[in-house]
Amino acid sequence: MKGSVAVVGGGIAGIQAALDLADSGFKTYLIESRPSIGGVMSQLDKTFPTNDCAMCILSPKLVETARHPNIELLGYSDVKSITGKAGDFTVKVTKKARYVDETKCTGCGTCTEKCPSKVPDEYNAGMTKRKSIYIPFAQAIPRVATIDSAHCLFLTKGKCGVCKKVCGPKAVDYEQIDKEIELNVGSVVLATGFKPFDPTGLKQYRFDHPDVITSLQFERLLSASGPTQGHVTKQSDGKVPKNIAFIQCVGSRNPRIDRNHCSSVCCMYATKESIIAKEHDPELNITIFHIDIRAYGKNFEEFYNRAQKEYGIKYINSRPSEVVVDANNALSLKYEDFNTGDLKSQNFDMVVLSIGLDPADSTRTIALSSGIALDDFGNIATSIENPVESSVAGIYVCGVAQGPKDIPDTVAQASAAASKAAALLSGERGTLIKEREFPEEKKLSIEPRIGVFVCHCGINIGSVVNVPNVVEYAKTLPGVTHAQEMLYACSSDSQVTIKEAIARNDLNRVVVASCTPRTHEPLFQNTCREAGLNPYLFELANIREHCSWVHMKDKEKATQKAKGIVSMAVAKSALFQPLYKQKVSLINRAIVLGGGVAGMTAALDIANNGYSVTIIEREKELGGMLREMTELYDGKKPADVLKEIMGKVAGNKNIKVINEAKLLKVEGYLGNFKGVVLANGREMPIDFGAAVVATGARNLEPSGLFNYGKDSRVVTQAQLEKMMGKDLSANVITMIQCVGARNSQREYCGRTCCVDAVKNAIRIKKANSSASVYVLYRDMRTYGVMEKLYGNARDLGVIFIKYDAGTPPKVEGGSVVIHDSMLNQDIEIASDLVVLSTPLVAGENEEINQLFKIPLDKNKFFLEAHPKLRPVDFATDGVFLCGSAQAPKLIDEAISQASAAASRACTILSRKFIETEGAVSVVNEAKCIGCGTCVTVCPYNAPSLYDVTVKVEDVTYTTKKSKINAASCKGCGSCAAACPAGAITAQHFSSKEIGEAMDAFQKGVKSISIEKVEVMV
Amino acid sequence: MNAEAQTPIGDAWEPNILAFCCNWCSYAGADLAGVSRFQYPPTVKILRVMCSSRVEPAFILKALKDGADGVLVAGCHIGDCHYIDGNKNAEIRINNTKKALGKLGFDKRLRLEWISASEGLRFSEVIRDFTEEIKKLGQNPVKEVKK
Repeated sequence: MKGSVAVVGGGIAGIQAALDLADSGFKTYLIESRPSIGGVMSQLDKTFPTNDCAMCILSPKLVETARHPNIELLGYSDVKSITGKAGDFTVKVTKKARYVDETKCTGCGTCTEKCPSKVPDEYNAGMTKRKSIYIPFAQAIPRVATIDSAHCLFLTKGKCGVCKKVCGPKAVDYEQIDKEIELNVGSVVLATGFKPFDPTGLKQYRFDHPDVITSLQFERLLSASGPTQGHVTKQSDGKVPKNIAFIQCVGSRNPRIDRNHCSSVCCMYATKESIIAKEHDPELNITIFHIDIRAYGKNFEEFYNRAQKEYGIKYINSRPSEVVVDANNALSLKYEDFNTGDLKSQNFDMVVLSIGLDPADSTRTIALSSGIALDDFGNIATSIENPVESSVAGIYVCGVAQGPKDIPDTVAQASAAASKAAALLSGERGTLIKEREFPEEKKLSIEPRIGVFVCHCGINIGSVVNVPNVVEYAKTLPGVTHAQEMLYACSSDSQVTIKEAIARNDLNRVVVASCTPRTHEPLFQNTCREAGLNPYLFELANIREHCSWVHMKDKEKATQKAKGIVSMAVAKSALFQPLYKQKVSLINRAIVLGGGVAGMTAALDIANNGYSVTIIEREKELGGMLREMTELYDGKKPADVLKEIMGKVAGNKNIKVINEAKLLKVEGYLGNFKGVVLANGREMPIDFGAAVVATGARNLEPSGLFNYGKDSRVVTQAQLEKMMGKDLSANVITMIQCVGARNSQREYCGRTCCVDAVKNAIRIKKANSSASVYVLYRDMRTYGVMEKLYGNARDLGVIFIKYDAGTPPKVEGGSVVIHDSMLNQDIEIASDLVVLSTPLVAGENEEINQLFKIPLDKNKFFLEAHPKLRPVDFATDGVFLCGSAQAPKLIDEAISQASAAASRACTILSRKFIETEGAVSVVNEAKCIGCGTCVTVCPYNAPSLYDVTVKVEDVTYTTKKSKINAASCKGCGSCAAACPAGAITAQHFSSKEIGEAMDAFQKGVKSISIEKVEVMV
Repeated sequence: MNAEAQTPIGDAWEPNILAFCCNWCSYAGADLAGVSRFQYPPTVKILRVMCSSRVEPAFILKALKDGADGVLVAGCHIGDCHYIDGNKNAEIRINNTKKALGKLGFDKRLRLEWISASEGLRFSEVIRDFTEEIKKLGQNPVKEVKK
């Protein structure tokens, strides 16, 4: 067994898996085939359904990955093969030649600027040009240049060589060759993602026309960092389009080109792109041509409704047969309106092809070379009960490599795969990781001795700001004992220089004037620590992003401003004090609320990772909703699945189960919760470090709808499911979808109901081929690989009839009347059994939400910390979420999420201690008036009031004072701003520190813009 | 005293604006303006705070009292706050401060803006726009008083 894992693929799936594993004590190799990590998410402008900025939420993960001491990034590297067995694999990797030394390149971009060779830019989906030596995008990690060997003039023709000449740190190396390396790891996680479908082969869609573009290209057009800075313009003439059409299912749901799957995300991304385009230009007319709108995820239906009602986006139920280009090169669409059967034609200025997700080439290559089974669609094959386990023990899979899915499901699976790999290797946890070691901090002299290092950043700063001038100015500032310029402050040799300067000049504060602290602060902080300085004695003055790059044409004023920025940083730094992250012990035990399949899976994963866990179940027995089911959609019996998983739970000595119990009280915080459980009428204490909420959901009882409850022939899908366990005598069965869902009262989509209906329709037809099964639906939402079930059902003769929300079916006795819009007449189906497909609704979540102060959404399901990147976390640290308690889910999805929640919990449980934020707020008790304002403004419950007894001469009285729990404080400083008595100090951002910087700002004002006013006070 | 009284403006005069930007969105937006090379006038210097809710009314009063021509407070869009709802606290505080400043005729010198990490262009536009507005107002009259 080896305590290391190879994660293949550096998109959001691979990044999440690597971070989880590295945080849980495993050495992790992250292998990415492209020059930088980030995957397709890095190309997205926004993410649905919140329209969150994709790069803003992704970028911190990129940086975190880059600086994690236990993640080794192998960029621009391909996996050739995986051999060996669980616990001991050999991964063969080709590290492709970048022709740039990664250890020397500072990512300054000078080479890119000077390179004369232009190539279509993959990042902008081919719509702009990049250079042959390039950094893929602004936030790329690793931020090193790569030479495109196919286009480089020197490598192809032996001419040019400019990049080598202009490279300051001498990083360009034309002699570099591909390197074969072997990694020895205990486990492998495949996160190879997908390849966007190439629509060139679908000639009818005229992708050769410049105004027919893919959805990914449209995404780039919307992006501020895209080819048109976010302005949607036509590629043909640069004009603003007025009418845009989206064609859905291009490369999906199309057996003719062997694409039988639904790509799961296109309906929503088309909706998102339409909304954003409309926000940019409200005059736009957008029409989305679709077969079904698959808005099945959390808040998707609401998003879809908003697109129609608020943004006026038109949805037409059709699959256009062709894009027609007329003699004037204008575009029109020919289509049959599925609702009326009419053949129509409509003109558009721009056509967007909503391209599907194809399996990545590397998925197949690796699977074939390593003996890993693929499914019918070319994805890594898995099963419902083991959704992240490949056919080879010890090799796990996550994200789109396992099947088309959106970002939150991908992130959840990534954590799930990490959990499985970690459980396999739990005996080796912590054996291969490094802890960074730093020398002891030196004693600070009272006087500030500030060192200022001003960076040229190649020519990025130096060509605009007069750096020597800034250095001379810095030397005149009070407290500065050393100032010097540097070519690249971030290069490795500069770190040595800074450390030497600290030692030689006995510096006790360091200011680097270069770029943004958001990317570079940790680097310089670590340099300070290596020189014996507390990291909080460091300050960055941003004279690049905030100065030289934005005032390129006014060198003099830019230099003046740079001086001002430096003086503010110096003034502030003089007051800096060493701050320490507190280490607090933690309880390495978890609780899981709910013992359904999600709760049991979460508990098993935590237990298999080596930690104790207690399941608190409300009912007499474990099993939850799986008990209600008689068959899974792959034909397996839920009873067998349950038996197996319950056997594992019973046999695991790390798991304790308390039935007929509930959690009554909780206090404490991450790592140290104290709770009280009520069971058998007794209250007992329970201490834990992390909690997983897996309380599930329940089926909606559709009382009063379609004669349910009055007529015994009307049942719910859940009841049919049970009836299917025995013989079903009914011969004509009519199912009605979206009962009690997607309406004004309950806006969301039930997600699981379409799959359940199709599954049961197939079962009925298989048991009795003469039975007639009708499914009355609004949109068939058999997303992803479940599309196959829908096809099977139609092949077996199940009849699907679409109805409109405005004309729902009528049920009278056994007769179901439905209006067929295509025939424009009512159809009567004399049915023996009417089956109502109802959604899952939230259970009694209010109790738990109060206990942990975790929020609920408007449908009373739990609200996760972030809908995209933290799908199983809560904003409250140490509490996690999985299964249908978050939103309705299929079993494999609930299992993935459960493993994910376990993985997230293990990143806490595996710690030896909890490290708190260093720059936290503190209360001065003498000044505190006990008003409690801080308690009301803090979103983390960090401040609390306690009683103190005050004795003044003969009078003794009790009053309240506030204290801030450093472990809960995140350092936002809101309490310090709100405190009416000025009793709270937001350390590192104190009023004094900010005040000094403001004074420096004013001095700058005076010395720069007010004549002859001398200011040094 | 009419605080809005125009001071004579020399050709060389450029406004000096102090911007408090939250670490997670607005500071990152300013970074993106830089990475994207969106040019704006060198009239602003940024003080980074972790959250817009850190900005005390006292900071704004001090800045204006000491002669800053404008103060910008920039945070994450409502709903995007890294600290759950810090920006809602900031919104209340800054708007109250603005109301108070309004009574003194200084309210136009204070701006609250939500700028996300993806809005580099918007950051540059806000600075350009605020600079123009301050130019119309003229120098902070406090500076005249000091003379």
